Amino acid sequence: MSLTSTPAEKREMMEGAAVKGRSLWDDARTRLLRNKAAVFSICLLAVLVFLAFIGPLLWIHDSAFIYRDRVQLPPTFENFHIFGTDAQGRDLFARTLVGLRMSLMVGVVATMVSLAIGVLWGATAGFVGGRLDQLMMRIVDVLYAIPFIFFVIILMVVFGRNIILIFVAIGAVEWLTMARIVRGQTIALRGMEFVEAAHAAGVGQLSIIRRHIVPNVLGPVVVYVTLTIPVVILAESFLSFLGLGVQEPLTSLGNLISNGARDMEIAPWTLYFPALTMMVTLFCFNFIGDGLRDAIDPKDR
Amino acid sequence: MPAYILRRILIAIPTILVIITVAFFMMRVAPGGPFDLERPMPEEIRQNIMAAYGMDKHIVLQYFDYMGALVQGDLGPSLKFRDKDVADIIAEGFPVSATIGLLSITLAVFIGTIMGSIAALRQNTPADYGVVAFATVGIVIPPFVVGPILALFIGIYLGWLPSGGLDPRLGMTPERLILPVITLALPQIAIISRLMRASMIEVIRSNYIRTARAKGLSATAVISRHALRSAILPLVSYLGPASAALLTGSIVIEQVFSLPGIGRQFVFAALQRDYTVVMGVVILYATLIIVLNLIADLLYAVLNPKVKYEE
Repeated sequence: MSLTSTPAEKREMMEGAAVKGRSLWDDARTRLLRNKAAVFSICLLAVLVFLAFIGPLLWIHDSAFIYRDRVQLPPTFENFHIFGTDAQGRDLFARTLVGLRMSLMVGVVATMVSLAIGVLWGATAGFVGGRLDQLMMRIVDVLYAIPFIFFVIILMVVFGRNIILIFVAIGAVEWLTMARIVRGQTIALRGMEFVEAAHAAGVGQLSIIRRHIVPNVLGPVVVYVTLTIPVVILAESFLSFLGLGVQEPLTSLGNLISNGARDMEIAPWTLYFPALTMMVTLFCFNFIGDGLRDAIDPKDR
Repeated sequence: MPAYILRRILIAIPTILVIITVAFFMMRVAPGGPFDLERPMPEEIRQNIMAAYGMDKHIVLQYFDYMGALVQGDLGPSLKFRDKDVADIIAEGFPVSATIGLLSITLAVFIGTIMGSIAALRQNTPADYGVVAFATVGIVIPPFVVGPILALFIGIYLGWLPSGGLDPRLGMTPERLILPVITLALPQIAIISRLMRASMIEVIRSNYIRTARAKGLSATAVISRHALRSAILPLVSYLGPASAALLTGSIVIEQVFSLPGIGRQFVFAALQRDYTVVMGVVILYATLIIVLNLIADLLYAVLNPKVKYEE
């Protein structure tokens, strides 16, 4: 997947002048679109997001409605229980969509929390430097060594399983790497020649940050965000699997998988479908993340 | 090197202190307590129980009591199991978790190294693609999906192996450990084979390997005596994080296969507000992770003469 230029591009390069400058992002988009796995994942993820957020409104079964006479039906087209029904007699397709919606929301929101903390922390440490940088990064080192999942478990037990807390708790755990990435990038950029050149040319501080620092920090951050979302989804599912995540009537994929694992001897489809949905979702995020990394930071390959 | 070890230990001490302190106060802030029963007990009895465990004092005093005892190696009594100390509970559960963890990491290193090396040596062949595909799948699918599915197919449908639990009379028998160990090892096999593939590809392109080939060594000798030695280095530094992942993963594995390990005890204790057991397990895990990380880093330094730890 090396970056070979097409004949047209080569001609443009030969002719030199009058070539429209291509930004980092144009290049990245071109490279990303050449990555079939990533493009396919983006499309598939779009479908999943649509299903998760619009699907429950359109689907004929309500995710919470209990069909007393249809407990643990195997998948069937009769009455459109295409994923079957669960131990309470609820439509599993509707529940899977709602669970997926919850998992996606947790993934995105908790990642945003980690992004906010990580970028602020890392950028401050990187920009200010010196003693403060040392101190802040020591703190990150110390926090790294903490088995966080235990604290999240304690948090969930202590403060009840409320959904906001899940967002914050998981987000608060995942910001460390983000902080390191942003700090490293900021420090590297501060000393870059093109930043100095911009200074020398009399470009203002704010413009430098806007034109040079932000776009260059953004690349690795975007990549890391895409790769953090599946990690967060996994973390929430892990908690839900232990019975510590979101609670009824809300549900998440982890919850459904946990219930499915409990009932798998009688109704294995209650395990298969949520598990499959989760796997597909995680695959999508991973392929997109890998694709973005290759696209934005090609030297890393 | 000694200075480096000393520095690492100096970082480890505040880390463990922070962990203990945060965990201690977090548990105590929790609504509910270990002595809440279905039926509220008479106030006097409650007072007496609290006094017996020293929990009637101010929380800061309790903290210092706890730390004082801890320094002497006393993790205190369990608040839920009246006849057991935290040390007893850990002594019961830890061998199970440790056995599963050790077997898993051994299996993962062994298979992961072989798979990664094969993929690297046969780059861009079906074998390579197979390994890469396996690694991608293995990293993405979490143990709490693999575990139940393995238990269902191999344990229940095929009936080859028991799908969970330990026989209380026999304890850890091999057939009851196979599925949990495989489940816990799978993601690690995936990660290790990926790491191994990448580093092996880099190593076999280096000059000294070409030299070894050129002087007429057999392919096996080149790989096993020259390439493997340096290709394995990234794996060594991964062992620290791997051990942390195994410890976390074991919580799920023990739940899925209903094994009486320490992770399961931790979740149970947290739900029951058994403060001392929660603290004991957190301290044990934190110490383990820190020590294993240190060992992995030191091992890396020993194996890689290029690394010099200096300030």
